[in-house]
Amino acid sequence: MTPARTLATAARVLRQLRHDPRSIALMLLVPCAMLFLLRYVFDGSPGTFDTIGASLLGIFPLITMFLVTSIATLRERTSGTLERLLAMPLGKADLIAGYALAFGLVAVVQSVLATGLAVWFLGLDVVGSPWLLLLVALLDALLGTALGLFVSAFAASEFQAVQFMPAVIFPQLLLCGLFTPRDKMAPALEAISNVLPMSYAVDGMNEVLRHPDVTTAFVRDALVVAGCAVLVLALGAATLRRRTA
Amino acid sequence: MMNYPDGDPEGPGDPDAPGVPEGPGAHGDPEPPDSDPAITARALTTVRGGRTVLRGLDLTVPAGRVTGLLGPSGCGKTTLMRTIVGTQAQVTGTLTVLGRPAGHPSLRPRIGYVTQAPSVYDDLTVRQNLGYFAAVLLPGRAHRPARATAVDGALTDVDLRDHADALAGRLSGGQRSRVSLAVALLGSPDLLVLDEPTVGLDPVLRRDLWDLFHRLAADRGTTLLVSSHVMDEAERCHRLLLMREGEILAEGSPDDLRRRSGTPTVEEAFLHLVDTAAARAAHEEPGP
Repeated sequence: MTPARTLATAARVLRQLRHDPRSIALMLLVPCAMLFLLRYVFDGSPGTFDTIGASLLGIFPLITMFLVTSIATLRERTSGTLERLLAMPLGKADLIAGYALAFGLVAVVQSVLATGLAVWFLGLDVVGSPWLLLLVALLDALLGTALGLFVSAFAASEFQAVQFMPAVIFPQLLLCGLFTPRDKMAPALEAISNVLPMSYAVDGMNEVLRHPDVTTAFVRDALVVAGCAVLVLALGAATLRRRTA
Repeated sequence: MMNYPDGDPEGPGDPDAPGVPEGPGAHGDPEPPDSDPAITARALTTVRGGRTVLRGLDLTVPAGRVTGLLGPSGCGKTTLMRTIVGTQAQVTGTLTVLGRPAGHPSLRPRIGYVTQAPSVYDDLTVRQNLGYFAAVLLPGRAHRPARATAVDGALTDVDLRDHADALAGRLSGGQRSRVSLAVALLGSPDLLVLDEPTVGLDPVLRRDLWDLFHRLAADRGTTLLVSSHVMDEAERCHRLLLMREGEILAEGSPDDLRRRSGTPTVEEAFLHLVDTAAARAAHEEPGP
């Protein structure tokens, strides 16, 4: 791995994105629009807005980055540029870290906008530090990037890649505690939700929401999400093969 | 042009390292390097998608020359090229490229490979495409001037200076394939492997590209392996490999091949060889 090659890759991914202003606008504005909607849907019960709003601040970056990365790396695979890069002196880690860096940066901007809007304009009541919300959002974005990269290896077309979104994300969404608290679910479902990374992303957000300082549970949640991201990134790296059949 | 340290970026423990054992000539022979062939294959067999595509090939590609790889579509030209470049799995036999086993990490900066479909980023400009690939070949801030020179040189080589700031996706098919070729020229590689680089190009452009190929061989000592299924391009090569159904039918200069089969053109020589091979096969295996 060479830092200069990693940075060149990240710069290239961002440059590609810059030629696509509509995607940038969608990535940055849709989460804000959703939060805005949510605020007025739960106009009568600010407590519900707090819980769901904070959870969504963790879920948005994961979903966006999952979609963006799975399509971007699939295009890299199908356009032949991946084969070309791997025939060049580029480390697989350079490529993956380059993508993670570029989309991580986009995720930071997205999360700053969404968190700022929620906390300062929509009255989301956070007891803890908004910086911690941002940290979890960033880890979620990394996890989304990692999952997207991994899944792109199993999609033969962009059509299939998009179908992976409901397959990978929706079960986690249903079981992460957004709709029903996880400890009130049937034991089997709770057990499943215990092994899904998004559950920890949402738990982490709710820790920040309710506690003024960094709790042990928060540290555990953050570590689980980060650990999953690293694990899936490593699995994703294994799907990049210099020699293919 | 650009120079690279002969470093081994991933070390010999690379899990992708080739399954191809080192062949003769892999260790420095006493002769000067340009007298060694650039590529030597012995009993090279490649299985792709469960099908044996290359069947025990023996071939040599001389250094510093333009070698044409000719044969009908589906005869295994692309698979042979992928095997030489080191992106093909399931290879057995011996394949030595520039003195190393094919796919060796130290070969990556020394080989330029252009796939049949242009592999460039459609949502980057031509210059941004070249800039990125140059940064992969020669990373670091210190090399920025060298990269700029290499990018300008490659743009000039393929005659795309006027389109440097156009998005690759907005270019015509022929222009995009020249961007892809320019990427391969970036590092002044010792070996250029070009898969049907002139398909879909107009005659003027085709002539210009063949002139470029010969200039690269003559001035920079580059070895070129160029595939085509258009036989009139064969006449432009120093040396030919005629391929059919995963086997090499004949190798030699265009003159050799014409003389050997007593035909006026390479195309007829090829057809003659195909018919002879088919007759022999029918003789060996009578009936299904």
